[in-house]
Amino acid sequence: MVTTVTSLGRSGLHDWVLQRLSAVIMLAYVVYLGYFFATTPEVTFAAWQGLFASTFMKVFSFLTLLSVVMHAWIGLWIVSTDYMPKLSIRIVFQAIVIVICLSLLVWGIQILWSL
Amino acid sequence: MIKKRPKNLDLTTVRQPIPAISSILHRITGVVLFIAMPILLWMLQKSFDSAGYAELHAMFTESFLWQFILWAILTSVVYHVFAGVRHLLMDMGIGETLKGGRVSAWSVIILSAISAVLLGVWVW
Repeated sequence: MVTTVTSLGRSGLHDWVLQRLSAVIMLAYVVYLGYFFATTPEVTFAAWQGLFASTFMKVFSFLTLLSVVMHAWIGLWIVSTDYMPKLSIRIVFQAIVIVICLSLLVWGIQILWSL
Repeated sequence: MIKKRPKNLDLTTVRQPIPAISSILHRITGVVLFIAMPILLWMLQKSFDSAGYAELHAMFTESFLWQFILWAILTSVVYHVFAGVRHLLMDMGIGETLKGGRVSAWSVIILSAISAVLLGVWVW
């Protein structure tokens, strides 16, 4: 099996666990942000900046971004193995996805800690 | 492995049961959200200075295109979350029967449709 070298967990079971762990973190973040928008009468610049000012929110946001990136890597890897039977196309696609995931992660760190 | 296995790739000739539709929507919204990630990070970056925040505010109050993009992203998030929770419940052994699978697939689609309307009201 050549293609498994491009999967995140290197095994179906690892991918399975990572996919669910990342899902739960993202679910918590979506609920938390939803709660913020629902309970803030007017989302002003000050309120928005205040939300992201705490270390808690920065770490929570980063954990969520890390989850997004892992989740997308695993998800798109599975999708590509289903719809891209040609190995060369699939490998290039997976490589592009991995590079984008890593770029999003670094960019996200820079954004979160610039505040 | 036998190389010449029969394939039926013409999906229009196959009746798609509701869990199949729910599943493909889960995949489509997943791909949409991956494409949305650079847009979301760009918005987050912009939102952290007051001029950028005002610009975003103007975008989402004036531009129909941006309002639509925001609505599409939020709706995709909600659908993907509902469909994901359905998976997690099934992992816990809840709704694993054929009937349970159909009922939960319908629930995901109906709840998402209602949410899509509510999000539309919120965005516009």
